[in-house]
Amino acid sequence: MTNTDSELVEKVGPAPSRLTSSISHIVTDLGKNGIFLALIAVVVLFSILTNGILLRPQNISNLIVQNGYILILAIGMVMVIVAGHIDLSVGSVAAFVGAVSGVLIRDAGMPWWAAILVSLLVGALVGAWQGFWIAYVGIPAFIVTLAGMLIFRGLALVVLGNTNIGSFPTEYRALGNGFLTDVFGEFPVDPLTMGVGIIAIVGFIVQQVRTRAGRAAYGQDVEPLGWFVGKLVILTLGVGAFAYALATFKGIPVTLIVLAVLVMVYGIVTNRSVFGRHIYAIGGNRHAAELSGVKTRQVDFFIFVNMGFLAALAGLVFTARLNLAGPKAGDGFELEAISAAFIGGAAVQGGVGTIGGAIIGGLIIGVLNNGMSILGIGIEWQQAVKGLVLLFAVAFDVFNKRRAGGR
Amino acid sequence: MTTNILEMRSITKTFPGVKALQDVTLEVARGEIHAICGENGAGKSTLMKVLSGVYPHGSYDGEIVFENEPVAFRDIRDSEAKGIVIIHQELALSPFLSIAENIFLNNEVKGRFGLIDWNRANSEAAKLLARVGLRENPTTKIMEIGVGKQQLVEIAKALSKRVKLLILDEPTAALNDDDSDHLLDLILHLKEQGITSIIISHKLNEIKKIADSVTVLRDGKTIETIAKSDVTEERIIKDMVGRDLEHRYPDHTPHIGEEILRVENWTAHHPQDPSRVMVDKVNLNVRRGEIVGIAGLMGAGRTEFAMSLFGKSYGSRISGKVFKNGKEIQTRSVSEAIGNGLAYATEDRKQYGLNLIEDIKRNISAASLDKLSRAGLVNDNEEYKVATEYRKSMNIKAPTVLAKTGKLSGGNQQKVVLSKWIYSDPDVLILDEPTRGIDVGAKYEIYTIINRLASEGKGIIVISSELPELLGICDRIYALSEGRITGELPIAEATPEAVLKLMTMESPR
Repeated sequence: MTNTDSELVEKVGPAPSRLTSSISHIVTDLGKNGIFLALIAVVVLFSILTNGILLRPQNISNLIVQNGYILILAIGMVMVIVAGHIDLSVGSVAAFVGAVSGVLIRDAGMPWWAAILVSLLVGALVGAWQGFWIAYVGIPAFIVTLAGMLIFRGLALVVLGNTNIGSFPTEYRALGNGFLTDVFGEFPVDPLTMGVGIIAIVGFIVQQVRTRAGRAAYGQDVEPLGWFVGKLVILTLGVGAFAYALATFKGIPVTLIVLAVLVMVYGIVTNRSVFGRHIYAIGGNRHAAELSGVKTRQVDFFIFVNMGFLAALAGLVFTARLNLAGPKAGDGFELEAISAAFIGGAAVQGGVGTIGGAIIGGLIIGVLNNGMSILGIGIEWQQAVKGLVLLFAVAFDVFNKRRAGGR
Repeated sequence: MTTNILEMRSITKTFPGVKALQDVTLEVARGEIHAICGENGAGKSTLMKVLSGVYPHGSYDGEIVFENEPVAFRDIRDSEAKGIVIIHQELALSPFLSIAENIFLNNEVKGRFGLIDWNRANSEAAKLLARVGLRENPTTKIMEIGVGKQQLVEIAKALSKRVKLLILDEPTAALNDDDSDHLLDLILHLKEQGITSIIISHKLNEIKKIADSVTVLRDGKTIETIAKSDVTEERIIKDMVGRDLEHRYPDHTPHIGEEILRVENWTAHHPQDPSRVMVDKVNLNVRRGEIVGIAGLMGAGRTEFAMSLFGKSYGSRISGKVFKNGKEIQTRSVSEAIGNGLAYATEDRKQYGLNLIEDIKRNISAASLDKLSRAGLVNDNEEYKVATEYRKSMNIKAPTVLAKTGKLSGGNQQKVVLSKWIYSDPDVLILDEPTRGIDVGAKYEIYTIINRLASEGKGIIVISSELPELLGICDRIYALSEGRITGELPIAEATPEAVLKLMTMESPR
């Protein structure tokens, strides 16, 4: 700490006072987390408009379950976008894989777990197919996935023979509909859910404290202690309230567990792994990445394999939730996932975007959908409003950058 | 006092936290060629943006008087309407459009019904091209002509707008000596036709050759304006850096060891047209502690050689052998080349060298993430530490390594590029135009770094368009012409004339 400070004095003149440095920390933090504040604003707005219905335990639980598959897609999509690509096919791929899983379980009589594994593999293969054309043949992702959108929608129809398949085993349906609850008997407030909530909070605090200690040990600038603790308190209260809401309803949705695992794993992949670094390097400057030894084609290829895998997972969750594999499933998913990534701060030119941002972007869309539905606003206006939100979110981002751009 | 075409008085321009210009005064006489010099970040470009209306009236303090009238430009169109045209360093031409289409872009030659009269446009364009001495068909696409000719198209475009004051920002930075000479002659020729020019340049010999007066900026302030008769390179440098630069090249005592890299019969063909030989049986070697220069005109195949060697990053049908410490090595991919101890810092750091939207830290680690990671996970604290060490040892001017590289000056960006490659711990560094677009002070620092690397026992290959630079820092120079090595001179025998002769030697075919 002292080291860096004395050096700054050398370089830029007198050290900023403690107060101004605290304020500047808070301001940059708020700037970085603007999207988070936007989510809170949307939640508050619709809580008021719906007289609190939005925040009822049942509705909060629904919010997660109804948007789970969009959030899963958004995780893969933000990586695709950071690398400078786009994927228009995820809705069709989700429908195709949902159809495959349905046929495997019902017609081929495969056990549910085997059907899930095979379906995920099929998704990865679909991703490999698209990744091959994009990475090794050099066809723009827009074209390849536009073609994929048609191809896999068509194949979904072929697999289903143009009808719906339904009535799946309970274990399979749990992926979209199930809850972890009542393991310790019936209580008004489910102890398991609260326990998991507390473990999540403690885990998060421990991780944050360790990160902070690690930075400080390396003499890096860390945020003021008060602000750090304040943020943790706010987060603890938020997660606690969320867990309580779930605990008074049906418990932890299985979809939420899937999502939590994905967010953690992909958070580490994008933030800390060499592969993740390579994605950002490619998105920021493909030539420079290549000349730094990044195997750009290989990275591109695996980004699409991963997207195929996640599209398959989203397809399974969706099919399980509806208990139905239909040819129209997943229609428009790609647009919601892309919107989520962009609302969450991903840059159209690539190189910028985070998993956390995409999740929050997806939640904003989810709250808008849910809130407007509660208010009885028709689908036509819902569409229009979501379109405007996407436009304004990106416009806001562009405006911010221009202002920060200066010279 | 009415002989001045332009007077900028007490211009002050502030950005959040930075005073980019402070009370700057610039007086340009009608019909002269006025040079503006200054280190990167001295405020030259900002001043020209104020003048041309990129920064509109009201966003700065001070007064601009053009042709004895106070002016207040809201945007570039306003200033162009008055006859002030700026040609930026990065040319603003559309590669897929023809010369004529580019010249009349947004200024189209209209015929009946407001439609474009292409016949007249092309013939007008041909007249303009004749004025700038460019023998090309107006219907040729921009991407089919070289940078030197594109520069001339820009000037033709300016002439089409009835330019009175032409501003050229580093016009010769990307040109070879022939094209530069032609361009400078053209500027002198335009002067005879009554066109006033402002030229921003780092090349002091050029300034000395054509400028009637020189204004030097430093840290956003006017230092002085020097009349032609008093212009010396020493005085300009002293004004620019605020101190005397005794030597432009640091002293360097070579400690040359055994051979570290040898390239045999290296050949590469054009990527799109494999029948064209771009690099033709190149043989060269580098020894430990040696700085070897590659001199050649633009298009001689210097970058093509380096990039084809560095992981086949350029070209097709590449053949030849590479030996390191006497053992043959392969460089089929960039990661293989890096693994075998090669490093290549590109000539175009913005396009090929840096991720401008990322911070210093991530750029420095970009080629060596393996060193910083375990089980595929990067230790970002260690990364920060390493980057901070380089920030200090390389004197990268930024408050922390979290600063975005896009916001740094050219010299500091180049130091980030060099840090990246030094951290990858290579045995041989190929530096392609290591000081292009960098101010005098930073150049000296870069030369010092190159010397230090050599004295650590690394082999260095420097590719440069600036002959004095090669003569100033190298121990041995290869000349390249039309893809072939035409000669090799130890520094003691390398006079400018001798090297130039080899550089321009046409090979018998």
